[in-house]
Amino acid sequence: MAGNRFNAFQNHGVGIGLRIPHYDHIFSHKPAVDWFEIISENYMIDGGRPLHLLDRIMEQYRVVQHGVSMYFGSVQGPDREHLRRLKTLVKRTGTPWLSDHLCWGSVDGTYSHDLLPLPYTWEAVEKTAARIREVRDFLEIPVAVENVSSYAEFTASEMTEWEFLNEVVERADCGILLDVNNIYVSSVNHSFAPMDYVNAVPAERVAQIHIAGHTRYERYILDTHDHPVIEPVWELYARAIERCGPTPTLLEWDDRIPSFDEVHAEARKAEKYLFAAQAGADAELAEVGR
Amino acid sequence: MNLEQLQRTMLASVILPLTADEGMRERNAAGEPMEAVAGRFIRPNDRLTAFERLEIYNRQYWFRVQGAFQEDFPALRGVLGAERFEALANAYLQAHPSRSFTLRNLGSHLVDWLSANPAWAGRRIALALDVARVEWACVEAFDGAEFAPLTLAEIAGLDADSRLGLQPHLRLLALKYPADDLVLAMHQKQRREASEAGTRGEETGQTPEERIRLRRRATWLAVHRVDFSLYYKRLTRPEYRTLLAIGAGRALPEALERGFDGARISPANQIQAVRAWFTHWAELGWLCRADAGSKEQ
Repeated sequence: MAGNRFNAFQNHGVGIGLRIPHYDHIFSHKPAVDWFEIISENYMIDGGRPLHLLDRIMEQYRVVQHGVSMYFGSVQGPDREHLRRLKTLVKRTGTPWLSDHLCWGSVDGTYSHDLLPLPYTWEAVEKTAARIREVRDFLEIPVAVENVSSYAEFTASEMTEWEFLNEVVERADCGILLDVNNIYVSSVNHSFAPMDYVNAVPAERVAQIHIAGHTRYERYILDTHDHPVIEPVWELYARAIERCGPTPTLLEWDDRIPSFDEVHAEARKAEKYLFAAQAGADAELAEVGR
Repeated sequence: MNLEQLQRTMLASVILPLTADEGMRERNAAGEPMEAVAGRFIRPNDRLTAFERLEIYNRQYWFRVQGAFQEDFPALRGVLGAERFEALANAYLQAHPSRSFTLRNLGSHLVDWLSANPAWAGRRIALALDVARVEWACVEAFDGAEFAPLTLAEIAGLDADSRLGLQPHLRLLALKYPADDLVLAMHQKQRREASEAGTRGEETGQTPEERIRLRRRATWLAVHRVDFSLYYKRLTRPEYRTLLAIGAGRALPEALERGFDGARISPANQIQAVRAWFTHWAELGWLCRADAGSKEQ
């Protein structure tokens, strides 16, 4: 599988999140990176250095937008100013697809700036899917929703998280940004088998995969993006690639950010899985062509 | 509890102020026990109670907004000291939780709020207000729009009824203290510490409460951007007032009249000053057409 309609049939390879401490290194060394993921909100501004630097990055690299405040699951409708600014940025970057989280985070215009989990209810399925469709139709590009890490479960939930994800993406007809670290974090916090989650996701809808590190406390795990990826998360990633085929993969490292080379080297560990999947796909294609 | 009720209850809990030791309060503003509130919609597990699970989000919210606020106002923190600044930040953020999709706008009400609630800054309120004004102007100037600037030749070709516009990134301030020097020094220190700490976010220690002493002196200031970098430029009072009037959409003769109102400057010197201002403003690209914004959108 070389891409699907949710990532504009792109096979981007392995990217890393574009972060300010790495700008100097990127501009002076021009490292070979398959692509960068940008946080949309950092560039939904009127002018100044951030947009100038983004334009310079785009001269040499492919960029994909990832948002943190669309809040598809919030009960109130999307903020029009947010959408207008987001569409302006989409036109500027030419991002082939856009992702944000399957979560909520605001009520009546007051923002938590957090990725708050949804109750896994049919009401939430309907409302969230409707919002995703509305945003996708406005932006006119493929949208993928990311599963979030969570620290709480709701008494109102009527299904598992992966059943909820599947129902939402089916009704919205959108893609999935599968974060295998988030699956791991939530699996420890809520005591489920993470591989069950990975096995249940509709592979044909996975537009992109996130990998990251986290912090383990005595009684729970926090999704801190400040450590290397641990082996159990690589195992989930391997299984996801086995099911989905070569899929654009992105390492997130947002706090205690090490050198560019260290982050890039960590991200490139994903290549061994991607190359193997690509070789398998190529062999299959050759077999069909015979 | 339907989805809307759950979200209202949870958000109200998440933004509830923390206790002194950074935990969730035992009761909410209505006096309800938070244990009962959490239990109404959150399921406990074998390691955490419903209260403890909700507390994780409550703590994360405050750490995030406090961190963002501190990042935007390091000089104010330097003036007030860490402890007073933290108390001020908590009070402000309770009064003005974020109403924007971006944390960039978190401090947008600070100057007005602090003017109305001076006790939070103690006896250094006047300096604190000036520092807050300069730091918020920096936030706005950093990523404000920039329209096509007018050249000196274009400006010279304007007639008496012409109206000009100012670049949106240009912020004009009238201060009681020369707070720009202090803010510049504190921001440079912040950048130096970040750079010395390397890209790993090691704790470089609290900004020490310095014995900052500044003499009161009326100061007129422009915070602006050139080639994507922020600059401060001291202005004279007439220059500041003229720019303010231009920005408010006054025709040039009226703007100049307002600028020099009450100034004891001879007509000859006024002409000389105006010539020098416009040359400088054109060099800095501060002036644009009054309708530049609507044309470029």
